[in-house]
Amino acid sequence: MSFEVLKPGVLSLIQDFGRYGWQQLGYTQGGPMDEHAFLWANRLLGNRPDAPQIEITYGGLELRVIGRTMAAVTGADLNATLNGEPLQHWFSFPLQTGDRLFFSHPRNGLRAYLAVRGGLTIPVTMGSCATVMRERVGGLDGKGGKLQQGDTLPWYEQERSRPQGVPWRFVPDYTATLTMRLIAGYQHRHFPPKALHRLYSESYRVSQKIDRMGYCLSGAPIECPLDGIVSEGISYGAVQIPSDGQPIVLLKDRQTIGGYPKLGCIAALDAGKLAQRMSGATVRFTPARLPEVTAERLRFYKFFGVTC
Amino acid sequence: MIQIDLLSESSLIAYLGEGIDPALSCRVRQVANAVQREYGALLVDMVPSYNSLHITFCPGRIDGTQLTEKLQPLLQRLEEEPLDNAVEATVEIPVYYGSEVALDMAEVTGRSGLTGPEVIALHSGACYRVYAIGFSPGFCYLGSVPERLATPRKGTPRRKVPAGSVAIADRQTAIYPDDSPGGWQVLGRTPLPMHPADERALRLQVGGLVRFKAIDREEFLLLGGRLI
Repeated sequence: MSFEVLKPGVLSLIQDFGRYGWQQLGYTQGGPMDEHAFLWANRLLGNRPDAPQIEITYGGLELRVIGRTMAAVTGADLNATLNGEPLQHWFSFPLQTGDRLFFSHPRNGLRAYLAVRGGLTIPVTMGSCATVMRERVGGLDGKGGKLQQGDTLPWYEQERSRPQGVPWRFVPDYTATLTMRLIAGYQHRHFPPKALHRLYSESYRVSQKIDRMGYCLSGAPIECPLDGIVSEGISYGAVQIPSDGQPIVLLKDRQTIGGYPKLGCIAALDAGKLAQRMSGATVRFTPARLPEVTAERLRFYKFFGVTC
Repeated sequence: MIQIDLLSESSLIAYLGEGIDPALSCRVRQVANAVQREYGALLVDMVPSYNSLHITFCPGRIDGTQLTEKLQPLLQRLEEEPLDNAVEATVEIPVYYGSEVALDMAEVTGRSGLTGPEVIALHSGACYRVYAIGFSPGFCYLGSVPERLATPRKGTPRRKVPAGSVAIADRQTAIYPDDSPGGWQVLGRTPLPMHPADERALRLQVGGLVRFKAIDREEFLLLGGRLI
């Protein structure tokens, strides 16, 4: 049973929860840009938390269904339709042969997740099927390709069941101003107090330069007394300050090492929210307390059954 | 001087010294091996680099503060131990420096005032250490290139540097494991597969040693090298 790709859309990628244990060889983490939406999609279907899904960025994806299963759509509202009718978002729903799913364009958020019960059955490379185009790894062909017209995405047929929905209080509004909690770290102590005051008091805009590697922000430049540093490993959510002073938040497909000074990392859950922001969105920074964000992330992973 | 900093809910970095130095690189390797041995089960990923070891751990299995407390005495103990430098075997990598593949030989000879054979003799005469792996899968930063040969990156990066290209940038040298854009000065090409996705590929480790061996066109082709 399968999805047949009629239109691939702008950027539709197969993602599981990411590639772990390969950073020593230079492979990035990969995986869903928005863990919250990804994990809810799998949870609605009773899947393993890391079951492979399609991450649909911007939209334009059209699929034909062959077989019977339950599916779920979470994350960005991309004006999705099932056989031309608006699809209820953050819910599971039945699919049967001949159904057509279409994701049009972003209305709220940037990346939607489409999961099927049991997950897509995709071979793994380096322990994961997460697609990293730049590294030519993962995806349907194992070589990092995004979805193409004519691709067949296999899954096992599943019984219908009662649709499940995500409680409203867990459904985010991706158009709200995002405040990102920054955990001071890396070269934070080298930045002058004036620069830090500016970072925490000004608001920033999401620039046009956004991709799965990172989000370049624009706003009041942050002066850094360091030109560069000896290259070192980069954490998820690291905030890098290049020479023009415009912060870059590094996300799932970030380079494993780099030589720009960094202020620290934003909380992982905030990094996922950032990934749903489009160019022009407003974001702010606030200082984080590490024990607090750690406890929050542990609760989050425990709720979804993520073991790591 | 050892310093361990928590970075996030699931990562920390251990700085083992400052700057770029062969002994420090050796120390990083030693520490990475020991941490893997003792605490590997709690860890998700490790990225050793020039003077640091970046660790991603599983916050559900261990708290960052606890892990730091465990690592501190281990690192302290290792700092007092001698470096296991002597046991390190040097990996020899054949390189064809012919004009078909040495795309930037003219620029390098022009800038350095050296002749082609001198460039080859200097590049293949030195022993290099793997200081870091990153940028792309399998891309190893090797140092250090002899001072006389040091050449800055190209003004405009190449759109496509062919896989296997051996190149220099300032005092670093590297092999491109795959076709990719890049601004390093290309001096030759190895016939060996270097991409980690290839099972036959050489897997170099941070702290390891590398030497380049000049080979002729015939041997390059015999070893599976490609000129295009």
